[in-house]
Amino acid sequence: MGQIKGKVWIFGDDIDTDAIIPARYLNVSVPSELALHCMEDADPSFSGKVSRGDVIVAGSNFGCGSSREHAPLAIKEAGIACVIAKNFARIFYRNAINIGLPILESEEASAFLKEGQIVEINLEKGEITESSSGRIFSAVPFPPFMQEIISAGGLINFIKDGQ
Amino acid sequence: MGQTMTEKILAKAAGKKKVYPGELINAKVDMALGNDITAPVAINEFNKIGVEKVFDQERIALIPDHFTPNKDIQSAEQAKLVREFARRQKIVHYYEVGRMGIEHALLPELGLALPGELIIGADSHTCTYGALGTFATGVGSTDLAAVMATGELWFKVPPTIRIVFEGRLPPWTSGKDLILYTIGQLGTDGARYAALEFTGPVIAGLGMDGRFSISNMAIEAGAKAGLIPPDDTTARYLQGRAKRPYEAVLGDEDAAVQQEFRWNVDEMEPQVSVPFSPANARPVSRVAGTKIDQVVIGSCTNGRIEDLRQAAALLKGRRIHSRVRLIVIPATQAIYLQALREGLLEIFIEAEAAVSTPTCGPCLGGHMGILAEGEVAVATTNRNFKGRMGHPQSQVYLAGPAVAAASALAGEIIHPRELGEVN
Ligand code: SF4
Repeated sequence: MGQIKGKVWIFGDDIDTDAIIPARYLNVSVPSELALHCMEDADPSFSGKVSRGDVIVAGSNFGCGSSREHAPLAIKEAGIACVIAKNFARIFYRNAINIGLPILESEEASAFLKEGQIVEINLEKGEITESSSGRIFSAVPFPPFMQEIISAGGLINFIKDGQ
Repeated sequence: MGQTMTEKILAKAAGKKKVYPGELINAKVDMALGNDITAPVAINEFNKIGVEKVFDQERIALIPDHFTPNKDIQSAEQAKLVREFARRQKIVHYYEVGRMGIEHALLPELGLALPGELIIGADSHTCTYGALGTFATGVGSTDLAAVMATGELWFKVPPTIRIVFEGRLPPWTSGKDLILYTIGQLGTDGARYAALEFTGPVIAGLGMDGRFSISNMAIEAGAKAGLIPPDDTTARYLQGRAKRPYEAVLGDEDAAVQQEFRWNVDEMEPQVSVPFSPANARPVSRVAGTKIDQVVIGSCTNGRIEDLRQAAALLKGRRIHSRVRLIVIPATQAIYLQALREGLLEIFIEAEAAVSTPTCGPCLGGHMGILAEGEVAVATTNRNFKGRMGHPQSQVYLAGPAVAAASALAGEIIHPRELGEVN
């Protein structure tokens, strides 16, 4: 897990999986095609303006709704390096860890970060630094078991390693 | 201190005496499910693990139901991938078009979800089987891949939130109204990470179809599962249906729960959840008069025989409003056939409804009834997020089958008891 540095994109509370990747695009499962429609029903121009390494910062219950792993896949493939939220819906949380999309729960960061700011993220320490002010927000640490899955690069590698 | 149903089921599956909320466990899964959207991703991940065979050919169900009968070439390719995997792996419970049903109606109907079991599905509404006293929860495709390979998965033991319904359900209300009311009270994240448990005299008096509607939407309050203690109704339903021996699990009286709500339903009106959240539940009279373009009666929430009977009772001998399109989708082939034999399909067709073969179809904005910009629908489905049934500027009002059928007749949202005045 390296250092992340990127621009902040702000989203609100209860961003559901239909907003992240609408079901009308689920007749394919190729990540690069899903990425073209990432966040489309929350912000139709999103996939055109996001750059690799950027960070999504959202409110509570991010990823609520369906179990579609296509949601974190679309976000990851769109180049988003990390999703920060006040908290995540349960299945999205699992899926993100399982596919190796970095996510952090930080109430402070979710409340104070603004669109366009640049943040630096240290995933191991769970620290989010806003570049211009130097203000540091801390995130909820993962339990050790999940750390292992994350450092294996996702659940599939974790299982392979265990065999 | 006693244990909840959830704790007991998870402890058993993890081979432990006791488990505690918050504990991370590794547990054996009794059944794992995938569909035509989530299975292709899971199969891809399964192939990366490098095991030759699935852990058990009889404990995996693959059900292409979302975009089937295939709506376009791309979805046909997805379904083909699942079909070929099922053949190669000799998956016993693979159900093709013509034999299938919407997964969460089909699994219980086939006796593949049983009390006391732990079931996962790569579909968020897997929680439906909680109605049978199963700990059933939705997971992602990678989780499904892991289970297909190993038969096990990691879980965090959830705390329990108990909902007790007291009193008597008024006319025109059903399980759907109870769950819409619950989500309205809890909000979309009120039960996040928790297991909901529904009990009390109202639940005890409900048939299985009403119970499935309730457990189905537990996820809409953020819950990991939505359990109903198994009783005689459950046992009767499973008679001659259960595909495996099972042992019902009940919680202890003195088990600690995170929260308990007691609601009296004597005065409850049929509920409608207004756009764009299932948590926006209102008594139907508060939204009465809203003009509508389409009504959908179906889905894993309300496409069962009881739902169709409720709708048919209102539609019998009447015609729907000239402005409205009514789409009725029985959830499984068996329900379809039974509706045919009971004369319900005839009632629907005479009322000028379109009746479809089982499919998720419009529920997720897939096909078979997509909404155009600005259109408004009443649906017995479970989600009304922005764009869920089509155009991002369309709207879906969620309701039970009685309100849905009555509204199709009136051309606007209406309390079924007011119907006499319009037709
Ligand atoms: S009917 Fe709707 S909610 Fe149920 S499984 Fe199909 S798409 Fe999902």
